[in-house]
Amino acid sequence: MSDALTTVAVAMFAGAVRVSTPFLFVSLGECLTEKSGRINLGLEGTLVFGAMSAYAISYLSGSPWVGVLAAGLAGSMFGALHGAICRLPKVSDIAIGIAMMLFGTGFAFFLGKGFIQPTAPRLQAIDLGFLVSDPQMKVALQINPLFFIGLALAVVMWWGFANTRIGLVVRMTGDSATTARAMGVSVDLVRFFATTAGGFLAGVGGAFLSLFYPGSWNEGLSSGQGLMAVALVIFSRWNPIACVGAALLFGAAGALGPALQSVGISQGYHFFNAAPHILTLAIMIATSSSKRSLKGAPGELSITK
Amino acid sequence: MSEAGAGRAIGVETVGMTKIFGSLVALEDVSIRVRPGTLHALLGENGAGKSTLVKCMMGFYQPTRGEMLIDGREAAIHNPREATEAKLGMVYQHFTLVPSLTAAENLVVSRPDCPAVVDWKREIAALEAFMATMPFRVRLDTPVAGLSAGEKQKLEILKQLYLDRRFVVLDEPTSVLTPDEADEMLGLLKGMTSRGELTILMITHKFREVTAYADEVSILRRGRYVGGGLVGEMSTDDMARLMIGDAEIRERAARVERSDAPVVLELAALFASDDEGLPAVSSFDLKVHAGEIVGVAGVSGNGQSELIEALSGQRDLDDGRILIHGQGFEPVRDQMDRFKVCSLQEEPLRNSAAPRMSVAENMALRTFDKPPIASLGGWLSPGPMRAKARELIERYRVKTPSTETPIENLSGGNVQRAVLARELSGDVDVLIVANPCFGLDFASVAEIRTQLLEQRNRGAAVLLVSEDLDEILELADRIVVMSGGRITLQARIGETDRTAIGHAMAGGH
Repeated sequence: MSDALTTVAVAMFAGAVRVSTPFLFVSLGECLTEKSGRINLGLEGTLVFGAMSAYAISYLSGSPWVGVLAAGLAGSMFGALHGAICRLPKVSDIAIGIAMMLFGTGFAFFLGKGFIQPTAPRLQAIDLGFLVSDPQMKVALQINPLFFIGLALAVVMWWGFANTRIGLVVRMTGDSATTARAMGVSVDLVRFFATTAGGFLAGVGGAFLSLFYPGSWNEGLSSGQGLMAVALVIFSRWNPIACVGAALLFGAAGALGPALQSVGISQGYHFFNAAPHILTLAIMIATSSSKRSLKGAPGELSITK
Repeated sequence: MSEAGAGRAIGVETVGMTKIFGSLVALEDVSIRVRPGTLHALLGENGAGKSTLVKCMMGFYQPTRGEMLIDGREAAIHNPREATEAKLGMVYQHFTLVPSLTAAENLVVSRPDCPAVVDWKREIAALEAFMATMPFRVRLDTPVAGLSAGEKQKLEILKQLYLDRRFVVLDEPTSVLTPDEADEMLGLLKGMTSRGELTILMITHKFREVTAYADEVSILRRGRYVGGGLVGEMSTDDMARLMIGDAEIRERAARVERSDAPVVLELAALFASDDEGLPAVSSFDLKVHAGEIVGVAGVSGNGQSELIEALSGQRDLDDGRILIHGQGFEPVRDQMDRFKVCSLQEEPLRNSAAPRMSVAENMALRTFDKPPIASLGGWLSPGPMRAKARELIERYRVKTPSTETPIENLSGGNVQRAVLARELSGDVDVLIVANPCFGLDFASVAEIRTQLLEQRNRGAAVLLVSEDLDEILELADRIVVMSGGRITLQARIGETDRTAIGHAMAGGH
């Protein structure tokens, strides 16, 4: 029994590292966008489109890293489009986000039809298995470089929000647009760039899905991870470092189903696969209050206004 | 810094400044002269054109006609950035500080030459050195959201000096301060101007501040310059007459005195929390008798809004009981109706009206489910609703094109009258009022205060929460001062004075 428990624990750890990467990238992107005072719900579409373009470009160019870059650029286009539409007067960023989500997924399916069959070169993992002797752990320590890039990015963002001009300007714009205007900062421009950069990160998160884990392109690839990442940003209270922890937690929850299956518990497989969705709901309920406003929320966000 | 700053104050002059928005002439041929090193007061009612004038000076608006002289030289200010370059600055009534940033972050980010990567050790040392030369200081490492209103106001002014502005416009700078804080701040600013470090143009409507601190005054009415000069040469009566003009003001109702009136509204140990979940109102006990106005004074943000919201059903009570005529009261619709509780919220368009519904519908919000408006089966009859609205519009002098106009199209004073008409149209036993005259012109203020006094004289128990101490001193029979969510002073009007009230506002006993 304890063997099975260890197996499940190791599998969940491995899963947490593996599954968390797209969550991490999308939530860091969304964190940046929301810090500037805008919500981009379209990141689900960006994620799927990023996955498709990474796979296609990797297949066509033969280099998965070119695919990652292409996904990022495609993602920034989506972000830029969202940012450009939202700077028009009387436009709701939430409605545009939902439209962009549908557009992104639909467009990805349309362009990606031809890439479901072929096999594209995948991203190679960094093998840290030499650190341990346990064979299960050896497999679990096959970690994708994007995970480390994501970790580094979270630290850089956390430091940058407090110590750089760009970081201060983004926080100022997100917390009080009138102040930003009084300081001569163009609120629309800051939000445009923040949304574009956020789109880039979400696109890269998509590349991870199609080029590493699960590592193929099909239409059911994302299953709402882009949307869950939005909830995750709220859960981590707009703190990039907390985003890492939240992404790992969601990753572990996502790995629960496969982990139980690996020790022979296949009953309720689909139920356990739904764990991240249930976790999303549970966390949102547990951390919300009808009497309190969200702490740490940027003052300009359309959901908290 | 203060030594080096001496003699650097700038003088600013406007010549024939005119601003026209569409068909509205907001500013007409206004020429004022603010001499360097003076504290100049700009007096006027709401809508008199004060903000339009200073916004033209600061480059937010382009004047339709007229020009500006800085230190005697003609200067064109096309946008706020050019105003900054000319060392002109403004402190707005609504703070332009970023709540989640610390004071230090706010100061550094406001600098045009803010470095790409901030070396906090050096910046903090530089800020400390700057603070040491200033007459007042603010904690640098606390997020602005955690500062008191007075500290925020000080930080705003420090920011202007940090940015080396030498002509600063202050828009009603003392509206969020206790009288003591206001005196301290104005005294310090006055010192800076008379040392020639700074020139200040202060928008205000408080005569006391003008006579005590300003060197000169300019008065605007309906977009025109109507008078001004050295403060020493004008009486407050002169200023008031110039400011109000010959507007017709309704006679104030006389006060009917009575004794042994029963307690109508009783608040017993109320506790309520703010949006952050922190305690905002703590063990609040108060009795209001029939035919009495109890004024709740205090600096804004000391729990008054939470108290009002809890009493009018917009916020849950954490603990405590509300009693009316000795019976428990819950602020829900049928009990408000049964106990005859009415409330007049601050900013009525936001808090107690449906902006896009018509005037008639808004006036029926308390009565639409009762005959004659509601008939059998829950159908509404528009006829009686309009008839009732027409009667109220007549009686309360609401200026509206028709009963079907969306209420958001009315001016502030008329929205307030319409809501007042709705709340007072039935019998009123308990009336809860918050800042009823905020942002209204003199005529509306006088009318609304008269209505409140009439309700009092008819025997209603009135709880008046106001940030305007003069309003409370004029209307209330008893005063209660709130600070930090608690009552710090309770006295009959006439048995206390401004000094005691001021200390209580600051939290003292």
